[in-house]
Order: sequence, then structure tokens, then C-alpha cells
Amino acid sequence: MIWRFVEDTSWSAVSIFTPLILAILAYALRDRGWRLIAWASVVLPPLAATALLVQVGRIGPVRYEIGGWGSPLGIDLQADALSALMVLMCAVVGSAVSLYAQSYFGPERAHFWPTWLMVWAALNAIFLAADLFNVYVTLELLTLGSVILIALSASTSALVAAFRYLMLALTGSLFYLLGVALLYGQCGTLDMALLGQRVDSSVPVQLAQALMILGLALKTALVPLHFWLPAAHSAAPAPVSAVLSGLIVKASFYVLVRLRLDAFDTVSTVAGDHVLGVLGAVAIVWGSLQAMRVKRLKLLVAYSTVAQIGYLFLWFPLAREAGAASLATSGVVLFALAHACAKAAVFLAVGAVMRVAGHDRISGLRGIGNRLPLATFAFGLAAVSLMGLPPSGGFAAKWLMLQAAITTGQWYWGIVIVLGGLLAAGYLFRFLSRALEADRGADLPPARGRSHAGLEVPAMLLAVAACVLGFLGVPLCDFCDNGMSHGGLGDAL
Amino acid sequence: MNFDSLMPPFVLLTSLIAAVIIFFLREENHRARTVWNLGAAVVKLLLVGYMLWGVFHEHVFETRIGLLPGLNLSFHADAMSMFFITLSATLWLFTTIYAIGYLEHSPHRSRFFGFFSLCVSSTVGIALADDLLTFLIFYELLTLSTYPLVVHRGTQISARAGRVYLAYTLLGGAAVLVGTAWLYSLTGTLSFREQGFLSDLPAERHNALRAIFFILIAGLGVKAALVPLHGWLPRAMVAPAPVSALLHAVAVVKAGAFGIVRVVSDVYGIEFCASLGVLSVLTVLASVTIVYGSVRALAQDDLKKRLAFSTVSQVSYITLGIALGGPLAALGGIVHLVHQGVMKITLFFGAGNLAETLGIHRISEMDGVGRRMPWTMVTFTVAALGTIGVPPGAGFVSKWYLSVGALEAGQPLVIGVLIASSLLNAAYFLPILYRAWFRPASGKWPTDGTRRAECAWSLLAPPLVTAALSLGFGLFANWAISPLSWARLITFREFGI
Amino acid sequence: MTGHLLYALAGGMLFCMGWLGLIVQPHLLRKIMAWNVMGTGVFLVLVALAARGGTGSFDPVPHALVLTGIVVAVSGTAVAIKLALHVHDRTGRTTLPDGDGKTAP
Repeated sequence: MIWRFVEDTSWSAVSIFTPLILAILAYALRDRGWRLIAWASVVLPPLAATALLVQVGRIGPVRYEIGGWGSPLGIDLQADALSALMVLMCAVVGSAVSLYAQSYFGPERAHFWPTWLMVWAALNAIFLAADLFNVYVTLELLTLGSVILIALSASTSALVAAFRYLMLALTGSLFYLLGVALLYGQCGTLDMALLGQRVDSSVPVQLAQALMILGLALKTALVPLHFWLPAAHSAAPAPVSAVLSGLIVKASFYVLVRLRLDAFDTVSTVAGDHVLGVLGAVAIVWGSLQAMRVKRLKLLVAYSTVAQIGYLFLWFPLAREAGAASLATSGVVLFALAHACAKAAVFLAVGAVMRVAGHDRISGLRGIGNRLPLATFAFGLAAVSLMGLPPSGGFAAKWLMLQAAITTGQWYWGIVIVLGGLLAAGYLFRFLSRALEADRGADLPPARGRSHAGLEVPAMLLAVAACVLGFLGVPLCDFCDNGMSHGGLGDAL
Repeated sequence: MNFDSLMPPFVLLTSLIAAVIIFFLREENHRARTVWNLGAAVVKLLLVGYMLWGVFHEHVFETRIGLLPGLNLSFHADAMSMFFITLSATLWLFTTIYAIGYLEHSPHRSRFFGFFSLCVSSTVGIALADDLLTFLIFYELLTLSTYPLVVHRGTQISARAGRVYLAYTLLGGAAVLVGTAWLYSLTGTLSFREQGFLSDLPAERHNALRAIFFILIAGLGVKAALVPLHGWLPRAMVAPAPVSALLHAVAVVKAGAFGIVRVVSDVYGIEFCASLGVLSVLTVLASVTIVYGSVRALAQDDLKKRLAFSTVSQVSYITLGIALGGPLAALGGIVHLVHQGVMKITLFFGAGNLAETLGIHRISEMDGVGRRMPWTMVTFTVAALGTIGVPPGAGFVSKWYLSVGALEAGQPLVIGVLIASSLLNAAYFLPILYRAWFRPASGKWPTDGTRRAECAWSLLAPPLVTAALSLGFGLFANWAISPLSWARLITFREFGI
Repeated sequence: MTGHLLYALAGGMLFCMGWLGLIVQPHLLRKIMAWNVMGTGVFLVLVALAARGGTGSFDPVPHALVLTGIVVAVSGTAVAIKLALHVHDRTGRTTLPDGDGKTAP
């Protein structure tokens, strides 16, 4: 009986409308009852996401027409294995961030909660979108929401970074929209599934593909279009940085993957995929080198995001060959999940560190591990996943991607992957080694004996989640293989 | 799922659970921490004892947990695993007792003992690993759990030593990862099998297999302190004595050497290695390390650094034994795993006592210390003589079998290396013993005001036991329960004799 | 046939002009206006597309897209102006700090 309930309810709609309704409530009620809304946002979305996962696992890809109107004028939601996993990723990270934010924000929470919940709804909507224009609208919603969240920190650098990010993100969206227009003109449909059948190699389609990839790459901060990210992610308040690095950059990447899988499968070129791969490799190296240079901890973590995004783009060259497509896809999906949890954990831990230390200059943080042992351990555990060391999701993902690289003979990507892990250790231990030192000569205010459990525990939970993912490799691979709506790359070829 | 198949995870969990609990114990909670520490160590020893008996009677202790498509986290207790794990479990107990005494009044003990237990869990995982992937996972975990121990003191020097340690070990781990991934793509399996699983690959793959062999040896050689990858070891001496004792006798270096033995015997197979021609290179590397380590040891005045270079040299006996390729040489190398473990840990316990009680760090300060700390120096002497190879110590037994094995393998030059090494060992150990026993003290010894015997019992008892063991392993080497007999069992099963 | 293509090209030109302006103009308000010009260019392309079926039959879908797009553009402009005002209040300037007028200001 309960299975019928799980299979029949439209969990995709529930996943989008839950945070949306909570957002409206939070806005309407202003500051009253915010705790109840906050707790609701900790508990409800993971339940809905799990239900969606189970539903897709049991009956395969699901499609839902909102209001029963159907495309092209109505909004359709589609949920397959990839979407369900992304929604779950949002739910897990978002739940921890909601928990963290309850202890983090002071008076600015009246602005935080409605905006954050709106962003959450937009994220879910992107992952569940079935047509191109819906993606555009929700991407814009995501951009506007995240800009407001960055500006919450109210510092000058945050405002400047937010403005820059806004201009660039809006530009990226317009590129994407122009691409959508061209595609519609050529193929007559906006539905992603139908597009795959109607595309050809004509000029408008090629141009559209280039425009859309450009716009989305700008939003995903692929090198060399990454210059806005370090400033924006480091200036934002800690929980916002966690959401930005963990979830929001994944949204535009998801759209890229969807477009590639559903619409542009037959039109993509080997050269194009390899260009994306090369840019990803450059991102890994460049981001890591920058992270080893900078003097501020949040900036270090932001550059780490630039580097880790590079791994995501290795999917394009790796997944081309039919033999390795499922390995590469499972690997990159696992990587995205593990990175979301680990990066968010790191930002949350850094937020706790900044709360206690009052600053984030790495050289002045000696011995912070003694004041905040749980946060430091969370940082360390999450770092294990970011470095791709066992036992973590990062390691499992690295192994899968390495296998994909070796079996398709593209061993050079394998070298990049292994190198990236070592470079990550290089910059992550900059903080960890100082945290474990004795705190003589450090730039820390006197200890006040306040407990920061509200900040440390969510960070730890996310770090543990990143490690637990390491043991879920087999179910995840099976789920991806069976539940993708188009069977992955190389099918149509 | 019968009881036997749960044993490997149980053994792993004893120290893992202990680690988690100890992490959460408050710093002042001495009694609880001691109880958990010793309790876990004793329980682990009991479980290991049961498995030892079981493996002798050919019981199967095997566990498999699905991890990645086509690959499991696999544990299997064979004779070689039990050899290593018994060493680890026993020495963990003694080192824990020692560390409790040594670190009295030190800060951050919960953190220390938490990572200490994690370190032992990693070692257990390495010992029980049944395929290269599981081995790799726990190999990297060992790096991660030992790093906080190396930097425990919190000074700038230890931070720098920690960074060097990480650089070496993470690079080594990356090498093992590359080798493992490449091997998996060639063969589709990574499970250890007696006499290896690679011999039926076609001949055009042999060059790739040679390359993989050297990549794996390079990665494992970092931890096993094979020259020129040994640079981290002397620098890691800034860690507290229990850490040096554990790292050098039990965990890190032995894990590297154990890995080399596994790769040569259970991944490639000794005969296949010989036919690939890689064993001669390994023999040369091991011999160079043996001599180089001893030569560098001569030049050190810092006691722990001298012992560190001595370790560099001694651990390569294990590699040498397996590289020579014959059953007697392998026997000598494998049994040295345990013999060197107990001898070196005794030496480090002694060094720790000298540092902790009298503030002695340099050999030049050791004049006459035999009078002030007689029992400590007795254990030190026994272990040093054993390392040199004086019968009836355990070192003599290992060197004997290595020499005979070298003759059997047709490599008489190696005997020269062994003789040179023993002479060098004498050259850097005998002066220490001479200073301690036969020179008068150069000044008043610092006292701590009590009329205690030379130092706390928890610092004396462990070295006494391990020194006695090192003597016993040599004296009673032909008993059925000696390490030599167990090593014979391993070698016979590997060579199919 | 050519009619709507002309409008589409005009839309494309507006897009490029707007983009150039966004990159080149240092003043915050001008950046926002340039972005709006870019958006208008895309909308013009969409409207031109709606007419591609020849006179008398219009495709309603692009019209719906344009209407939605205008709403999005208005919201985006509102947020951008508010942010620009905040930046001006804080720094007293009408350009971004360490900006050199490129898209990467």
C-alpha cells in the first residue's frame, strides 16, 4: 500500500513546491516562526528526495505535466536517475545548510530564509526540468537568488562580487536563451527529449550548441571563464558559499550534461568534447596552483572549487566511447555528489573557524584545531574526499573515472586525475597542518568557552556523508545504468 | 554468515570503535581513556589469537563487501596476514602501555590515542587485505592516520616534518593507485593468489607488467624506506617516542615491506618475477639500501636518527629476502619482519626512556648511563646485539637464512652485503654500548626528586618484554610456536613445497 | 521569408552591440542598460521566429517566451539597479573597483 503511495505521487512536484511554499511562508511571516520553517526545511526535503529516488528506482523515469496542460505551453517535469540523484544531493546539502544557518545568522535571517528556500526550489526545478525554456527561467531565478544571498554579507567586497557575478551570470543566461531561440527556430520544439530526434548538423544548430555551451560554461565557472567565482564564493557568508560551491555550480553543469545526453548527442564533435576536457584539466591545475598561493582560507576553498569543477568537465571526453560511458557517467555523478557534500562541509567548517578566530588569514590560524576539534576534523574528513583518498566518495569517483580513462586508452586524463588529487592535498594541508600546531603566536582572540556545536555538527554530518558515499558505489552505478532516460552517450551513434 | 567470516571485520572494528570513542572522551578523562585503550588492545589480541589458531588448522576467515562495480573490499586471513597482524596486535598492546606512561601530562592525549587506534586499524586492514584495491585503501588510510601523530608535538619542526612525510607518502600512494588501476585494466582482477595471478597473460603484455611492477614497488618503497625514497623517515623522528616505536617497528615501514612481499609473491608470483627479470633490480635496490642506511647511521649523533637509518637498512633485509627468489631467502626475509619489529621497538623504547627521564637525545650525552638506567640499557644492549646478528639473538637467525638463501639463489655477492651490513651495525651500535656501560658519567644526572627505580614501570615493562621476545625468538627458533616456524609455513605454502 | 530574417539579424546585431557595451562600459548603470539591449536583441530574434510561418500565421510559443523573458529581464534589472545603488553608497563610485571595463572587470 505504501508502495502505491510512493509510486503514484508526483514527488518531482513535491520536491519543487515544498521549499517554494516554505519560502513564501517565510516571507509572509517575516521573523515570526522562522525556526519552525527552518526545521521544516531540514526535515521535509530529504524525505521528498528519498521518495523520488525510490519512485524512479521502482518504475523508471517519470514524467509529470503540471496542471495537466502538457508541452509546449505547459511545464513538464521529468525525473530519471540523474535528476533524482541531483535532487537528493540538494536535499542532503540543503538540509545541513538549513541546520547550520539557524545558528549562524543574526538579524539578516529575515532576508536569508525566503531567499535560500527560493533558491532551493529553483535548484530542484532545474534538475527536474523537461524543456529548455523552463531551464532558462529557473536558471535566472537561481542567479537572482544567489546574488541576493551573496550580498547578505553586506561587506563592500561582497556587494562588488555580487554585482560582477550578476552581470556575468545574466550574460551567460542570454547566450543560452539565444541558443534556445535558434534551436526552436530550426527544430520547432523546446522539449529536450524531442530535440534529440529533430536536431541536424545545420548551422543554426551548431551555433546554438556553441552559444549554449558558452553561456553555461560561464555559469559553471569553467576556466577561463572562472574569474568571477573566487571573489563571489569567498565574500559570501559561509552557508551561502557552501550552497554556491556545492550546489549552484552543479546546476548549470547538469544542464550541460542534459543537453549533451538528450539534445546534442548526434551533433557533438570529438574536438568539442576534447576542448572541454582540456579546459577541465587546465582548471584542475590552475585552480590548485592558485589555491596554494592565496593567503585567505575562504579564497583557498573557492579556488579549490574552480579546480574540482575541472574534474566534472572530464566527463565529456571520457564518456564518448560506448565502452566507458557508464563508468564515466557514474564516476562523474558520484564525484558531483561527493564534491557537493565535501565542499559544503569545508565551507561550513571554515565558517565556524571564522566565527571563533574573527578572520580567515591562514597564517594566523595556528592551533585552531584545539579550539574547534570537531570542525577541524570535519574539514579533514571532507578534505580526504576532495583529495580522492579512501575511504570516501571522492576516491570511488576517482577510481571510476581512472578506469574510464584507462579502458578507452585516454590515459592522459588519468594522469590529470591523479595529479589533481596530489595538488588538492598540497593546498588543503596548508590549513590542516597549521590547525594541528600548538597555538603559540597565533592571531586568535582569547577562548571564551562558547560551544559552537550548532556550526560544527552540520559540517561533520556532511563530511561523514561524503565518506559514506564511498561505500555506495555499487548501488549508485546500478541505479545510473538502469535509470537513465536515454541510456547514456553513444547510444544514438 | 558464520562466525568465522565475521572475524576480519571484528578485528578491524575493535580499534576503530575504540578510536571513535576515544576521540570523544574529554581530555581529563584519564581512567576511561586508559580502560578503552588497553581493553581494545587486549580484545584485539584475543581475537587475533583465535584467528591464529584457526589459520593453522586451515579454517577460512574471509569477508567480502561490495565497494565498486566488479571490486570488493575483501579480507582474507592467510598465513602471511596472520604473521603481520600478530606482530601488530602484540606490539600495539605494549606500545599502548608505553605511551600511556610516556605521555603523562602531555596535552591532546585523546587526539593522540584516537589516531593511534586508527593507525592500528589501518595496519590490520593492510594485513588482512585480500586484493590490491583493499590493500591500497588501507595503505592510504595509514598515511592519513599517522600524519597527526607525526605532528603531535605542535612545533614548527614537527609541522615541517609532517609536510615532508605527507609529500613522500601521498606520492607513494598515488604511485600504488596508478599501478593498481593499470593492472586492473589489464587483468580485470586484483585478488591475491598464492603464486600470483599474472603468469598467464600474453607475452606482449610483459613490458607493461614490468612497468607496473616498478611503479608499485616505487609506491610501496616510500613507506618501506627504500633508497632513495627514505627521506621522510629520519625527519619523522621529531614525533614522540611511542610514535617512532610504532611507526618503525610495526606500522608504516612494515606495511611497505609487507606490500612488497605481497606484490612479489601473491600478485606476480616469485617465479614469474624471476622470468620477467625484475628481481635482480629489486635485489640491487635492497642491497644499496642496506649499505647506505648503515653508512648514514654511523654519521648520526642524534640517537633516534641513528636508529632511523638503522631501520632503513634493516627493513630492506625483508625486501632482499623476497628479491633473491629462493625459498630459504624468502624465509629469512619474511621472518625478519617479526624479528626486526621486536628488536627495533625495544631500541626505540630505550631511546624514549632516555629522552623522557634524563633528557638525553644525543649519543654523546650517553656516557655512563648504564649505571643510572641499568634495565633500560640491558634491553637496549640485547636488542642492539640482536640487530648486529650476534647469536642467539633473533637477528642472527634472519641473517643466517638470508645468507644460505643467497648461496642457494646463486648470488654470493649478497653475502658480502650482509657481512658488510653486520660490520657496520657493530660499528654504530658498539660505541653506544661502550659509552653507556664503560664510561663514567660526565655530570650529575637530573633527578625528579623521587626514589623510584630508574623510571615508571609502564616505561620499563614493555622493553623488557620485547627484549626477552627478541632473545627468545632466536634461542627457541625451532619451537613450533616461534616466528621462524610460522614463516616456514608461509614460505612452504607460497613455494608449494 | 526575408522579412522576418531581417528582424532576426537586427536582433542578433542588438545582441552583439549590447554585449560589447556590457564589456566596454565601466559605468554600472550603463552595464545594466547594455544588458537590457542584449536581452532585447534576443527577444527580437524570438519575435522574428514567431513570424517564420509566413504572414497570417503566428507561432504563439515564441511570444510566450518573450513575455516570460521580459518579466525575467525586469526582475534582473531591478536587482542589478539595487545592487548598483548599494555599491555606490558604499564606495561613492559608479564603477566597479579594480575594473578595467572588460567583461571581467
